[in-house]
Amino acid sequence: MEKEVNITIIDREGESHAIQAPTDMAMNLMEVVRSYELAPEGTIGVCGGMAMCASCQCYVMTKHDLPEMQMDEEAMLAEAFYTKDNSRLGCQIQITPELEGLKIELAPES
Amino acid sequence: MIKTDILIIGAGPTGLFTVFEAGLLKLKCHLIDALPQPGGQCAEIYPKKPIYDIPAFPEILAGDLVNNLMEQIKPFEPGFTLGERAEDIEKLEDGSFIVTTNKGTKHHAPIVAIAGGLGSFEPRKPPIPNLANYEDRGVTYMIKDPEKYRGKHVLIAGGGDSALDWSIFLADVAEEVTLVHRRNEFRGALDSVDKVKELKNLGKINLITPAEIVEVAGEEKLESVLIRKNDEAKEEIRLGVDYFIPLFGLSPKLGPIANWGLEIEKNAIKVDNSLDYQTNIPGIYAIGDVNTYPGKLKLILCGFHEATLMCQSAYQRIFPDKKYVMKYTTVGGVTGFDGSKKQAPKAVVKAIN
Repeated sequence: MEKEVNITIIDREGESHAIQAPTDMAMNLMEVVRSYELAPEGTIGVCGGMAMCASCQCYVMTKHDLPEMQMDEEAMLAEAFYTKDNSRLGCQIQITPELEGLKIELAPES
Repeated sequence: MIKTDILIIGAGPTGLFTVFEAGLLKLKCHLIDALPQPGGQCAEIYPKKPIYDIPAFPEILAGDLVNNLMEQIKPFEPGFTLGERAEDIEKLEDGSFIVTTNKGTKHHAPIVAIAGGLGSFEPRKPPIPNLANYEDRGVTYMIKDPEKYRGKHVLIAGGGDSALDWSIFLADVAEEVTLVHRRNEFRGALDSVDKVKELKNLGKINLITPAEIVEVAGEEKLESVLIRKNDEAKEEIRLGVDYFIPLFGLSPKLGPIANWGLEIEKNAIKVDNSLDYQTNIPGIYAIGDVNTYPGKLKLILCGFHEATLMCQSAYQRIFPDKKYVMKYTTVGGVTGFDGSKKQAPKAVVKAIN
């Protein structure tokens, strides 16, 4: 079984990055962005992945079946800025084989 | 002028534990933190969350970790300058430092230990055009003196505890309180949510949801805001207000420390990890999440280790001629500056007849 999925991430400068993310490392989208250094340290994943800061907000641009939003994430997004209908917190999206072909854009820093 | 041996910037777990290690070396500490309470992120962001990787604590709540540290350092009588942000640093001829906060409080110490985590917590400002122009002229992100709002028309935006609690409090003070939130649901303590509901029904809080503020306006000072409902109709309401208080939580920013001439890499301060976590400026150390070096991990337990080694180096710097050997607390006990003494009970040597 293929252990990596292809994901496209548009950074905050508008640049597109086609990257491979491992599905067997218990990583989430926020951590993938950090591991590829697609946003400066300290500007993403500030709370460490507890859905408590919204620094990893991203816009989901493809029609993937993502894990349902939990209460934490929903409440955080309700207070975040620059949110859109397709806003999610990267830290709440685990990398799974189902994400093959996913495309996201990082929301502006706030 | 506050004088101390080690001036610690940041009262998170790493900063707090520094007080203990310094205390064992008879060095006094003073801490500065932008937040009104000690504990840093642990107290501000996730006090109720468990941590599982503190050695010898299979599980501990972040808030309890802070309480335990405060208890542990109590004998060493640390000083605190809370609710103020370290703004400027000046190096004197004798190599010591003066650190001044945003409120002008001055601190003098031979050693500065930056344990600033991700930076100082600043209010998150909503992206509304021209909002900055009205700061301190009707727009404020923090409520310091509630009396200021007596008889005024106040608008609060936000959906968390502070938005709820201040709406409740100001309902009795202000002429009119309007609470605007993007959703119908609020995230806060259950009784706060219920109380706001009750005040709304009594007509003491004007609740507008789901909606957001899209415009601020006024000549010399804030006079009105434009509220847009987030429903199908997108109805717009112009509301005359004296004050607009956005309460969207805090986010950490490295802030003024970034301009202190320290070597910065990836939003963190570069230090010498082969020796003592000193920065490129002798006498200034950086420990915990705020520093970086090859292989750095932002873990509380790493901050504790860094603090310990840093204190040894600081001691040598303050007393270059003194000989010192590290003592186990089990052997030497802990002698506080408050006169308290903790020591392992002595074994009894006695014959049994």
